[in-house]
Amino acid sequence: MADEVKKEAPANFKVTIDNITIEVAPGTTILHAARQIGGDVTPPAMCYYSKLKGSGGKCRTCLVEVAAGSAADPRPMPKLVASCRTNVMDGMVVKNITSERVQDARAGVVEFLLLNHPLDCPICDQAGECHLQDLSYEHGKEGTRFEFKKRIFEKEDIGPYIQLHMTRCILCYRCTYVADQLTDNRVHGILDRGDHAEISTYISKAIDNDFSGNMIDVCPVGALTDKTFRFKNRVWFTKPVDAHRDCDKCCGKVTLWQRGDEVLRVTARKDEWGEVQSYDGKPGWICNTCRFDKKHINDWVIEGPTKINRHSVISQGHYLGLQIPKETMPDVMSGREPKLLMDIQDVSEVNSVDISALPGPATSKTFEKKEQ
Amino acid sequence: MSLFSIFTFEFCLIKMGRKLLLEKAHIENIRFYDVYRREGGYRSVEKALKTMTPDAVTEEVKKSGLRGRGGAGFPTGMKWSFLAKPEGVPRYLVVNADESEPGTFKDRYLMEFIPHLLIEGMITSSYALGSNRSYIYIRGEYAWIVDILEQAIAEAKNNGWLGKNILGSGFDCEIYIQRGAGAYICGEETALLESLEGKRGNPRIKPPFPAVKGLWDCPTVVNNVETIAAVVPIVNEGGEEYAKIGIGKSTGTKLISACGNIKKQGVYEIDMTISVEEFIYSDEYCGGIANGRKLKACIPGGSSVPILPANLLLTTAKGEKRIMNYESLADGGFASGSMMGSGGFIVLDDSQCVVKHTYTLARFYRHESCGQCSPCREGTGWMEKILLNIEKGKGKMSDIDLLWDIQRKIEGNTICPLGDAAAWPVAAAIRHFRDEFEWHVTNPDDAQRRNFGLAHYADPIHAPVTS
Repeated sequence: MADEVKKEAPANFKVTIDNITIEVAPGTTILHAARQIGGDVTPPAMCYYSKLKGSGGKCRTCLVEVAAGSAADPRPMPKLVASCRTNVMDGMVVKNITSERVQDARAGVVEFLLLNHPLDCPICDQAGECHLQDLSYEHGKEGTRFEFKKRIFEKEDIGPYIQLHMTRCILCYRCTYVADQLTDNRVHGILDRGDHAEISTYISKAIDNDFSGNMIDVCPVGALTDKTFRFKNRVWFTKPVDAHRDCDKCCGKVTLWQRGDEVLRVTARKDEWGEVQSYDGKPGWICNTCRFDKKHINDWVIEGPTKINRHSVISQGHYLGLQIPKETMPDVMSGREPKLLMDIQDVSEVNSVDISALPGPATSKTFEKKEQ
Repeated sequence: MSLFSIFTFEFCLIKMGRKLLLEKAHIENIRFYDVYRREGGYRSVEKALKTMTPDAVTEEVKKSGLRGRGGAGFPTGMKWSFLAKPEGVPRYLVVNADESEPGTFKDRYLMEFIPHLLIEGMITSSYALGSNRSYIYIRGEYAWIVDILEQAIAEAKNNGWLGKNILGSGFDCEIYIQRGAGAYICGEETALLESLEGKRGNPRIKPPFPAVKGLWDCPTVVNNVETIAAVVPIVNEGGEEYAKIGIGKSTGTKLISACGNIKKQGVYEIDMTISVEEFIYSDEYCGGIANGRKLKACIPGGSSVPILPANLLLTTAKGEKRIMNYESLADGGFASGSMMGSGGFIVLDDSQCVVKHTYTLARFYRHESCGQCSPCREGTGWMEKILLNIEKGKGKMSDIDLLWDIQRKIEGNTICPLGDAAAWPVAAAIRHFRDEFEWHVTNPDDAQRRNFGLAHYADPIHAPVTS
């Protein structure tokens, strides 16, 4: 038996991550091996996106220590390596949360990423589903040592659907990969270099392409957000619902973000790593028609509530198996119904505005009392 | 330009040390083919193509012990032997002439005054590597040198040294020049290849290394100008002869571009046997410190390598004389040593402020960071801001520790060595000149009016320095 194994190269590589050993196919990256284990062992990734070729290696949050390169060459790697772009070897020993060096370096990276980030979470539409927020909570320090003015950029309009907030950008490059690999005519990319590098379009051209909206989904922060959803609601007040429609351009499988029956926002469905879900091995990117133009509940076939991780703020207020308490008033009032003294809907126009039907963000003007 | 020629001419007459690259640089019109050929040029191409196999040329380079002259000092022969040679896939030789390291200007001198040496080295090296199309990626600011090289290539081609079936050997080779657009980062080999392919010059994530997947995903060797030029004497005289020059693993000659507060700035060719002290003070080389001042500090290998105070520069922590070669300059590690680097020898006298100097370098690296990976993009800007505060007398004591922590978190955690290059000067300045930083913090007004001066930086070292 043992001889037989020796003759052929092992079909699977054995890799140990934080003392957990797993067998993975050759060519798997450390990050993917760790994702197969799951849980805390998985390094965070801000720039890597498995569905975008060439992404990763840039943000350095997924750095891990390789304590032994392989069974054949058990020397440790001198530097921390980006787990998203480093393939496993047979017998590799990786340290992530068990390595002090990694924790230290990662805290440093979080501090660097937040250095010029405006931290305007209270007015940012991404708040609640922001990967940088999660990263900061999990790996960052409570304060900053940066005592200087943050870098700011001039605002740029990149079209009617996508809002660019360059100050929030962490330069993960994901959106440029979307433009390269999903759309036929790339009009945006990175200008300048260093800490003044910015995402921009070619001579302020609007981004206009059937699949350009996917750059909103891949953006880990609030740098690219949906203009049709802008300032309409906090994401944790909305109700995510899986739905689909027949679409001739895309898979048509989406998550609707509802408030009551209003569809405030449409996004692609995300997997547990915050990436777009795949169907039959193909990433479920959605087209701009589904994302921006189908905002009515009748446009969609509802499948059911989206599964949200219970650690996510979005799951607050969403209860599974909810039992509505019994109405007790008629019981104690000998069968009489309570008398409604005032219906708030009759006297306030605030609640009668259909926010999802607005072309842009709701402002104070929206709620001004109309002349009778 | 003319200033350099005068210096070269002067020291060539009196210097006894071996010269291989600049031996004939002072000859009038050596820039042009006829004179270059008359002086024995293109012999290495004849010898290689007519009498040697490509592997034999690589073998000579291996025997010579030649180490990359761009800064990292990796053995060239070994680098060449790593080149993947799959069937039916073209291979490329790319010469890195993107010499942008502050303090380094040796390649400029070589290409400007004796361009055919580079072309000759390239043809010989291309033959060894099997590269039928070789490229020179040149720094955009070296605009006039492009014309010089273009002319040299045209001359070489007209005389049958380039093109199809060179010297009837069946070997084809063309050389093309590509100008950069003014980015330091494009001197990093993978950023250089990206730029050469017409993309944004962002360094690639390694592996794969260029030897396997380089230019247009083909196996590629990227070498510095001086390295390729050194192939000429190696082939002419044989690798073993070349290896006899120098000490230990520092074989052959090295071009040093000396600048700063010395009497004679310029490009010098040394055989890596002389001491740092001799190099600075002898009339053959730098001629001592200018204006009767005293040596305070020196960056011996271009702006990225650690700065050393005078005492540690001239003698190692063990008390031995420091020699101008790879091993001796690095003796003591980063705790008390530095690096040979690219040979950009920057000398600072006692009128120089190390804090201001460090700030200047930090500003450079902040400006030149490509912005691809977070530690370098954000960290370089942060360090610059803190250093400016300290320099302007607005710093706090805790800022010095903060600087140390920032550089520590950049170093080793970035995609390419620019992060390290930005971190090392700051680290070394704090390590060796911490009291000067502290003086800036405790005497903010004084620091605006006068300099810290030489202080104790030239005193003999008694206790070993720790990081």
